[in-house]
Amino acid sequence: MRLRKSANVISIAFLALCAMPAFAAETVQVDDRALLPFFTAVASRTKGPDSDGFLQRWLLLEPIVKPNRSNAGFTPTYVREALTTQYFPGQFTVVPHDGKVANASEPLHWHALDSSLFDVKLFNFAKALQKPTYGVIFWAVTVVYSPRDVPDVRLAVGSNSASMWWVNGKEAAGLFGDRRMVMDDVVSPPLTLHKGKNVIRGAVINGPGLSDFCVRFVGPDGQPVRDLSIDIS
Amino acid sequence: MRPLAFAATCLSCLLVSMQPASAQLAGEPYIHDPSTVTLSDGKYYTFGTGRGGLVSEDGWTWHAGGERPGGGVAPDVIKIGDRYYVAYAVGGGGLNGGHASLVKVMWTKSLDPKSPDFGYHDVGVVASSDGTEDCDAIDPAFLLADGHLWLSYGTYFGYIRIVELDPKTGERIAGNKPVDVAIDMEATELLYRDGWYYLLGTHGTCCDGPNSSYNIKVGRSRSITGPYVDAMGVPLLKGGGKLVVAARDRGFGPGHFGLIDLGDGMEKFSMHYEADMDRSARSVLAIQPLLWRDGWPIAGDNIKAGTYEIQSERSGAALELAVDFVRMEVNRRGGFFGPPTGPVAPVAMQTLAQDSAAWPKDRIEVDLADYMIRPHQQWAITPMPNAGGYFGSPYFKILIAGTDRALTATADGQVVTVPAFTGSDEQLWRIDQLTDGTYRITPKASSGKATPLALVAIGASTPALVKFDPNSDAGRWTFKALSVDR
Repeated sequence: MRLRKSANVISIAFLALCAMPAFAAETVQVDDRALLPFFTAVASRTKGPDSDGFLQRWLLLEPIVKPNRSNAGFTPTYVREALTTQYFPGQFTVVPHDGKVANASEPLHWHALDSSLFDVKLFNFAKALQKPTYGVIFWAVTVVYSPRDVPDVRLAVGSNSASMWWVNGKEAAGLFGDRRMVMDDVVSPPLTLHKGKNVIRGAVINGPGLSDFCVRFVGPDGQPVRDLSIDIS
Repeated sequence: MRPLAFAATCLSCLLVSMQPASAQLAGEPYIHDPSTVTLSDGKYYTFGTGRGGLVSEDGWTWHAGGERPGGGVAPDVIKIGDRYYVAYAVGGGGLNGGHASLVKVMWTKSLDPKSPDFGYHDVGVVASSDGTEDCDAIDPAFLLADGHLWLSYGTYFGYIRIVELDPKTGERIAGNKPVDVAIDMEATELLYRDGWYYLLGTHGTCCDGPNSSYNIKVGRSRSITGPYVDAMGVPLLKGGGKLVVAARDRGFGPGHFGLIDLGDGMEKFSMHYEADMDRSARSVLAIQPLLWRDGWPIAGDNIKAGTYEIQSERSGAALELAVDFVRMEVNRRGGFFGPPTGPVAPVAMQTLAQDSAAWPKDRIEVDLADYMIRPHQQWAITPMPNAGGYFGSPYFKILIAGTDRALTATADGQVVTVPAFTGSDEQLWRIDQLTDGTYRITPKASSGKATPLALVAIGASTPALVKFDPNSDAGRWTFKALSVDR
């Protein structure tokens, strides 16, 4: 493992991160080997879903420490309580931007990243930032723009481990128990993607082990919705 | 333990004696992460995490035994030529927080420590993970197919990978690169059948007794290097997998599949249960039949104690005592179709006493006939745990329900019933589920012989004990449950 200070990181992603005021005054150790295979910098204003409809552009918050020695305790009651607790102002309402600081029990930064894979590798994200990887809660936000109202779509989520998801402020899906990454593991009731801006917000809780998530919308025919544009600029 | 009624058709059925109906293996089958069960020097061996393993002479009774140096976790064994190759992992598994691991291979010409051919020779490291990459090189599993030796490995920490080894030496093929084939599984196994490669892996939570959610799932590919997909087309690289086996009976957390191909259309598999609730919730070896349905493997069922119709796949006829048919008299005043002249009321089924009144007192032949829900067609199947067994199951006695009249093999290849069960080998039966879900029935007295005999419908209505033909329905039987003990 090669640890570097952010100023020396070759990673485009972290050059971008370092350019943000929130990072400029900080020393952030980054393991680029842990990050680069799984994330790249946001290099364009908008991005569509991948060929399977997965949303790969997200704002990820550095992990909130929430010790759990096992994932076996992620009952619906526990997860719902843990993921609806307010850890920082604007947690359920604000659409952050890259480098914005969330004032949790400690300052935590939002990072705008493109996932290289269908799933967003939260463990690797935290590891690359030298942040806790086990016993944590991750928050993720993205914004998709639809060219029209699209009724009867469903949010299809997989996560490791448990998670909750909201679309335009309304709870859409909950994945409880010791979850593994399975695409389309839990699918929401039908919902409507509005013409224009739609905010998707999620929180993933993990004890030990890897952590990641994947999100896409599927239509009434079960096929992915790809006519979307992701913009978190 | 309580009876679970499956049909209201058998008012005369009596429950068989209260034996352990879902008995797992006999002996002390305590193990975690069992390797593929392998025959060496007349005994079956499996090794687990740690140094030791289990040994059995019949596949039913298992005791601690076998020696495997190197320690580490979750080994696998394959015999190629006169060598038994053993792969095992040292390090990794998240033990003490680490994921740096080495998969090593060694070989011996015998697994029996008492054999002069016993002695391990180190081949070396064939795969590894450095603790940083998205892979944890543990849980190796061999597959020899079309002359190629493959090895899958990995766990929840990142990818499951496949590498190719040299079947002559066990070493890694020079220049071979690992291929990512799946995520979020561990304890993988590779199978090859009908041009398909199958990747089986354990999903769920390990090592938490009856709270372990371990279960085994599968995907398949035309190429050893994938892409592996499940029956819904979901890639195993995106978490897909079709269920093979989950918790059942009193066993929680099945994991670590290993194929046992017994030939003649009979396949079984080994695994461990994270918790056997009949054995202090400890991790134990278990063996189940393996079925193939529409090109996919799925766990079958060892036969359970209960009362059954035994139906021939050849004719659909039921195995029965060859006795006089006793009519059931009912009130037919006013005809037999149309509403009754009086109140509608249930009619009692024929009782054992009514059916058996004229039965001969000694030997009675058996034949096959239309199933008429008569007591002479209903068989009580009872495991005999102290009479030995075979892969996954003890021998059974087969009696006419409610009597001591026992199905018995004769020296001249016939099958009859006699008035009393004596416990002789001629009255003990091995009942193996075949890959299509039907069963093969063989007498213990025939086991170990050059040409074992099986119960076969040699005519549409005539059963006999002859050589089993896996390509025919004549030796296949279906057990239709009338009541099952749980």
